[in-house]
Amino acid sequence: MKSNYEKFKSVCSILEEYSFDKSKLIPILQAIQEEYKYLPQEILAFISSALNISPAKVYGVATFYSHFSLTPKGKHIIRVCDGTACHVKKSSSIIEALRKKLNLSESERTTEDMLFTLETVACLGACGLAPVLVVDDKVYGQMTESKAVTLIEQIKG
Amino acid sequence: MGKYLIINGIKVFFDNEKNILEVIRKAKIELPTFCYHSELSTYGSCRLCMVEVENMGITPACSTPCSSGMIINTNTEKIINMRKIVIELLLANHDRECTTCQKSQSCKLQTLARRLGIETVRFKNVTHKTDKDLSTYALVREQDKCVLCGDCVRFCDEIQSIGALGFVNRGSKSVVCPSFGKDLELSECVYCGQCSRVCPTGAIIPRSEVREVWKALSDKNKKVIVAIAPAVRAAIGEVFGLVNESGARAAGRVVTALKNMGFYKVFDVSFTADMTIVEEANEFLERLKEDNIPLFTSCCPAWVKFVEQYYPEFIKNLSTCRSPQGMYGAVAKRIMPKILGVKKEDLVVVSIMPCTAKKYEARRKELADNGEVDIDYVITTQELAMMIEESGLRFQDLEPYAFNMPLGFKTGAGVIFGNSGGVTEAVLRNVASSIADGQDESEQFSFVRGDNGIREATINLLGRELKIAIIYGLKNARQVLRELKTEKRKYDFVEVMACPGGCVGGAGQPIYNDLVTRQNRAKVLYENDKTLELHKPQDNPYVQKLYNDYLGGAPGSTKAHEYLHTHYKYKKRYKESVAISDNDNKGVEVNVCFGNHCMKRGSKDILKHIVEYVESKKCKDKVNIAASICLEKCFSAPNVKVAGTTISKPSDKVIEEAVDKELK
Repeated sequence: MKSNYEKFKSVCSILEEYSFDKSKLIPILQAIQEEYKYLPQEILAFISSALNISPAKVYGVATFYSHFSLTPKGKHIIRVCDGTACHVKKSSSIIEALRKKLNLSESERTTEDMLFTLETVACLGACGLAPVLVVDDKVYGQMTESKAVTLIEQIKG
Repeated sequence: MGKYLIINGIKVFFDNEKNILEVIRKAKIELPTFCYHSELSTYGSCRLCMVEVENMGITPACSTPCSSGMIINTNTEKIINMRKIVIELLLANHDRECTTCQKSQSCKLQTLARRLGIETVRFKNVTHKTDKDLSTYALVREQDKCVLCGDCVRFCDEIQSIGALGFVNRGSKSVVCPSFGKDLELSECVYCGQCSRVCPTGAIIPRSEVREVWKALSDKNKKVIVAIAPAVRAAIGEVFGLVNESGARAAGRVVTALKNMGFYKVFDVSFTADMTIVEEANEFLERLKEDNIPLFTSCCPAWVKFVEQYYPEFIKNLSTCRSPQGMYGAVAKRIMPKILGVKKEDLVVVSIMPCTAKKYEARRKELADNGEVDIDYVITTQELAMMIEESGLRFQDLEPYAFNMPLGFKTGAGVIFGNSGGVTEAVLRNVASSIADGQDESEQFSFVRGDNGIREATINLLGRELKIAIIYGLKNARQVLRELKTEKRKYDFVEVMACPGGCVGGAGQPIYNDLVTRQNRAKVLYENDKTLELHKPQDNPYVQKLYNDYLGGAPGSTKAHEYLHTHYKYKKRYKESVAISDNDNKGVEVNVCFGNHCMKRGSKDILKHIVEYVESKKCKDKVNIAASICLEKCFSAPNVKVAGTTISKPSDKVIEEAVDKELK
C-alpha cells in the first residue's frame, strides 16, 4: 500500500499536471480518486484552496456525480449491473445474495474489514452477457447467485 | 416603429429588456418566480414563469429572449394548471409550519399558494425534519423550508464572490448547504445575510434575539438602553404601510415605540457615527502624512471579515476605528454608567441594526472589554417591527418623540452613513476646511452619491489630489483589491459596504425586491440630512463634550484609542490538514504549510526534506508530519510549524535542528 506521503505527492503532481486550472476540477477529482480510492475531505479542502474555488463548489461537484465517493472504499470493488437487461435476468437476487454473504445493506456498502465494496450500476454495456457483474474491472457474465458467492470466496482466498 | 410583444392581446413595446419576463412585468403583470432576480444570473429552475408563446409552445419567460411580434399568453388553462402543480409539489416537499415561521406573511411560497388558490395538496408530504443550523449569531438555516431555487447560492457567489453555500447531491436528494455539510459557522460566510433577503421562503432567516430583549426588559433590576442605526429609520415605515415618511418622523415614532416597550433610554447610532467620522478622519490625515494609504473604511463587519479571510495583506489598510455600533457599545458600557448613574452590571445594551453581520460583530473578541461584550443584543429592523407588532402598538398612529441626550444628538453626516457613499461624504465634510460661499453644506460633496457598485471620485483637498473609491458588493471589492495589488488602481481612501446600496439595503431591513425601494430609502436619509441643523460631524457639540469629559479631549488621544479603536487578525479559512506520516498522529507535530503562497515558494521541497530526514534518523514513529492549509503567515512564506512554533523561510538545517531539539 502506498504511504500517505506518496499519495499526497501524487495530489501535488496531479495539480501541477493540470496547471492548477479550476476548469479541470472534474479530471483532477477523478485522478485523485484513483489514488485514494475515494475523496477524503481534507484533500477536497486542499484542492479548493489550491485551485481558488470555494469549498462548497468542490463539495457540490464531488457529491453530484455518483462516480465520486466521499467514503473510503474496500480493496475490491464489486459492481453489479442493474440495467434493464440484467434486471430482467434477476440481477436483484444476485445483489441480495451478495449483500447477505458480505453482511451489507443498501446504505452500508463496504465491509468492515475494508475488503469489499458492493455497488450497483445502471448499465455496463454488456447486455448480451446479462446478468453481469464486474470485480476490479474484470467482467463476469451470465452470473447466478451461487456463482457470485463462490466468486467472492475465491477472491477472499 | 418600435419593437413590441403582444401580451394577453395587448401590445407592449420593449427596447433592451433581456427576456420576455421583464417585458411582462413592465406590462404590470406579476408573473410569479422563485429563482429570478434581476441582479443575478438567469437560472430557470422554478418553472413558475411559464408562458405560452404562439408557434413556440410553453416556455419559461425568464430565459426566453424577446423578439418583436411574439404573441404571448400568460394565463391559459394549461399554464395555470402547471403553476398550481409546481406549487403543490413544492408544498409536498416543504415544512408547512407556517404559523410559527418567521417568514410568515413575507414568504413567497405562502403568498403564491394563496394567489393561485391552492386548496389541497394532493401529494404526500415527504419532509424529513432536520435540525436547524443555529451555529451563528447572524443567521438560521432550516433545510426543510428550502425550495432549491438557488437564489442564495447565486447571490453569495455572483454578488459577494464568497460561495459559502452550494448545492449538494443530486435529484431528489439535493440540498443547499455549506461545504462538507458543515454548519455555517465553519464556512467562509461573512454574515452579510443577503441570502436571507433573496430566499423566497424561511430556509435562511436572520437569527432573532427578540425573546432575549423582552426578557431583559421585564427584569426589574436591569436598565435597558437602546440605539437605532441610521438606515433603520429609512425602512421601518414600510412594514406599517407608511410611504414617503421622513426619516425624522420615522425615527421619532421608533423612539415612542421603544419607550412604550420599556426601554430606559433611546439613543441614535448616528451620534456614534459622527464620532466614527471624527476619529476616522483624524486617522486618515495621519496616514496621509505617513503615506500609509489607502485607508479602507471598517464600518461594515462583513467587509472586515472578508479582508481578514481573503486579503490579509490589506488588513493594515483597514481603519482601526470601531464601527459606529462598536463605538456605541464602548460608550454605552464604559462611559454611560457614569453619566446615567447606573451600575455597569445593571445595564443591558441593545442596538437596532439594518444588518445581520452586526450580530456577529457585536460578539467579536476584538471588541470585548476583558472578555465581556459591550453590546448584549443586536436586533434587526425586521425584529424591531416584530416587537412593535407584538406590543400591539399602532406604529402609524404613534406621535414622534425625541431621542435621549447626549447620544441622541447627531449631525447630518451621521445620518447619511447608512447609504453607500455616506461614510466617504461624511469624512470629506470633516476634513474640508472651507466651503464656497452660498454652497449648501449637505450638497458640497454630493458627487460621491450614486447607484453603481464601483464609483470613483477625485477631489482637490488638503492641498493635494485625493483619489477615492466607493464600492458595494464584495465581488466588486475583490476586483478592486486585485487591481490595487497590481497597481492598476491607486486610491487614498476606499469605502466598502457589502450590501447593495449600503446599509439601507441590508439583510436586516424589511424584505425588498426592487431597486426603487432601496433608492427611496437612500433618499430618505439624504433628505433627513438636509433638515438637520448641522452637517459636519466635528460640529456636534455633544461629541465635543464627550471627548472633553471622557475621551482625552481630542480625536486620536490615548483614551480615544483605548475606547474607540480595535484591531483585526488573519482569519483562517480552512481548518483541515492532510496527514503525511503513517503513525496515527503520534509524536512531535510538524506542519508544513501548503497554502497558495507557500506552495509557490517551495513547500513541496521542504516536505520532501523533512520526510527524508526523519526517515534517515529512523524516528518515523516519533514525528507526526502533516500538510496544513495555511499557517497564516503568507508574507513570510514558506512556513513550517514545529511543535507549535512557526519558522518562516526555513533552511534545511534550521528545520533539522528544530526537529532534533523536540526529539531530545
